[in-house]
Amino acid sequence: MAQFSIGDAVRVRDDYPPGHIRTPFYIRGKTGVIADAVGEFLNPESAAHGGDGLPKQPLYRVRFRQVDAWPSYTGPAGDTLDVEIYEHWLLRAEDAQ
Amino acid sequence: MSTEHHDHDHATTFQPDEEDSLGFYAIAEMAVRELLCERGLMEAGELHQALEWYDRIGPGQGAAVVARAWTDTRFKEKLVNRPMEAMDEYGIAMGQVQLYVVENTAQLHNVVVCTLCSCYPRALLGIPPDWYKSRNYRARVVAEPRAVLAEFGTVIPDTKEVRVHDSTADLRYLVLPERPAGTQDWEVAALAGLVTRDTMIGVTVPSP
Repeated sequence: MAQFSIGDAVRVRDDYPPGHIRTPFYIRGKTGVIADAVGEFLNPESAAHGGDGLPKQPLYRVRFRQVDAWPSYTGPAGDTLDVEIYEHWLLRAEDAQ
Repeated sequence: MSTEHHDHDHATTFQPDEEDSLGFYAIAEMAVRELLCERGLMEAGELHQALEWYDRIGPGQGAAVVARAWTDTRFKEKLVNRPMEAMDEYGIAMGQVQLYVVENTAQLHNVVVCTLCSCYPRALLGIPPDWYKSRNYRARVVAEPRAVLAEFGTVIPDTKEVRVHDSTADLRYLVLPERPAGTQDWEVAALAGLVTRDTMIGVTVPSP
């Protein structure tokens, strides 16, 4: 059952564990908004290493403002960046430090 | 060896074959492929059949889908909102991945990258171009998309939002370009001719 809904503000975990992680480094620790919830998928952190990938993880498309993702961004403030992120990498923005 | 027979010096112009400088992954691919063949799990011809299958798809499959969406409102609505149903209707098997369609509009330009590797909607576009897999494109388009788009000759006005899609997990993205002005009377096949691979990645826009 997906924990987040479209429009929720979320923060990406600022963690750096070893292994096959699909959360890009550049977006860890950044805050964005759930743009879409696209279903549940095998967890690649297990599946990529011969595991069963279970339990499946809800997957979201999280939308970031480019000026939040990249402090040096020189384009218009309205430009955005959508990244697919699994639920266990997301925190509610108000709970996050 | 004589270098006098024409006007350049082979000692300085010799270009080594790529085989002289195989990297780790090229060697790993050869080793795994040869092992799979030796163990009888795969025949050498199967790999080439798979490559030829991708070559046959090319971007034409995606172009046909886009042209249909431009001319069939009901299909376009399905393609944007329920893309997997649209693929079923069109008879395209997506395999293990899900299609996600992002529509360009007067206010929004979409461009796709996979910063982690080279995720790409192969069932619609075939094999990704080398630049899509390059570190240069992957690292730069996500951080300075307008500069990269300009290098493709695509200048997006500051009044239009640029949205980058980083294909990091289970979705594969198709950009649905805007139908060019002045093509109201065009047939579907002619419209499909305007829809290139790069317009469906979002680095260019179609022009008649």
